[in-house]
Amino acid sequence: MSKTISFGILFLFVVLLQVFVLNNILFLGHVNPYLYIIFIFLFPLKKNRFGFLFVAFLLGLSVDFFSDSSGIHAFSTLTIAYLRLFFVSVFFRKYEVDYPFFNLDLEPFGKKLNYVTTLTLVHHFILFSFANFSFENFSQVVLNTLYSSFFTLVLYFLVVYIFSKKQ
Amino acid sequence: MQQLIYFFRKFKYFLFFLLLQCIALTLIFTNLNFHKSKYVTSANAVTGSFYNYTFSISEYFSLKKTNHELLVENTLLRNRLEQKQKTTFLTDSTLIDTIKYFQKYTFSNARIINNNFTKAFNYLTLNKGIHDSIRKEMAVVNGKGIIGITETVSLNYTRVQSVLNKNSKLNARLKNSGYFGSLKWDGQDYRILQLTDIPRQAVVKIGDTIETDGKSTIFPEGILIGIVVGVDNNNAADNAIDVRLFNDMSSVGPVYIIKNLHKYEIKELENTINE
Repeated sequence: MSKTISFGILFLFVVLLQVFVLNNILFLGHVNPYLYIIFIFLFPLKKNRFGFLFVAFLLGLSVDFFSDSSGIHAFSTLTIAYLRLFFVSVFFRKYEVDYPFFNLDLEPFGKKLNYVTTLTLVHHFILFSFANFSFENFSQVVLNTLYSSFFTLVLYFLVVYIFSKKQ
Repeated sequence: MQQLIYFFRKFKYFLFFLLLQCIALTLIFTNLNFHKSKYVTSANAVTGSFYNYTFSISEYFSLKKTNHELLVENTLLRNRLEQKQKTTFLTDSTLIDTIKYFQKYTFSNARIINNNFTKAFNYLTLNKGIHDSIRKEMAVVNGKGIIGITETVSLNYTRVQSVLNKNSKLNARLKNSGYFGSLKWDGQDYRILQLTDIPRQAVVKIGDTIETDGKSTIFPEGILIGIVVGVDNNNAADNAIDVRLFNDMSSVGPVYIIKNLHKYEIKELENTINE
């Protein structure tokens, strides 16, 4: 029960952090981190995925509402939420029986980096492709993806480092 | 039948995923249409009030600049008023007939509580809505030039399609010669817009002023847009001219919303079927 509440608070926190702080960073004029996907990484693995997929959709949609982007965040967040288990099995070799004991913090850094980087790149690439919505400026899409992913990953590892120290 | 149930059992997560993806895709595609985009907007009560709250804090940081801009605009308008009075003095009598009173536009004011300019499809949110008699497809300008067109209106907030939106298409003309074309944005630089479909015989020089054309029912005639900074000499099909906006879209303060009182009359006339 307390876990549900804490993830509810985390949900609100990442949405508000994203739309009121991170969306206004505009490093070099246009590069923003999209740290709200940290919610997808932190959400516990479960066998029943309906709830998780729905929450991921809601998370993306809430960011969409604030940034007037009409479903592109919902689409990309939902995609990585669905692909998450696949990458968990690829990078960590964890299967259904291991889900209750899985803890991202306890995994080796190299594997964790691979996992988080892959999901971030997939998310950002879909996001920027839809935001651009044409095949023109494709190099711009790729560049934006790389810059923003780098930014997001740096922030993600900083946040994880800061919060894991306290325990 | 059993096979079917087995299929649903096996792919239930994938099917649920596809269902949600379809909803997201529908939202994305309906948003491309100016007349249908109304579901996922920042002009609803929740996001609007959030933005209003943050704006009430952030507006203090730009008070000095906003004050200066308004002062400059006031000076300009006062000077123009002065010129107007001179000319009316010259005529020996002024006729004010209240029956023939002819007002075409009314102005109201609003503040921008959320501004985007870095994406390919940018929108702004205003702190006025239906309660302040804002409706769809009204012009949004400020003292320096055009900003956009109102798009989705809720009770207290309005979403504006910025001129920095790939869907945006406005009527604009060269101030000195009167040749008109349509003003679009290619999504690259937020300071530069493209004026396309100008006739080839039009002489365009760098530094020419671009203003709105009175041909649409949205913008009044003669509102400033920007100056020409680049002329395309490659004989491309659309004959695009680069226009630098007078407005700095990355920081816009108070805006005016213009309502065309004759809009419905004009639309009705244009839509009558030729018999």
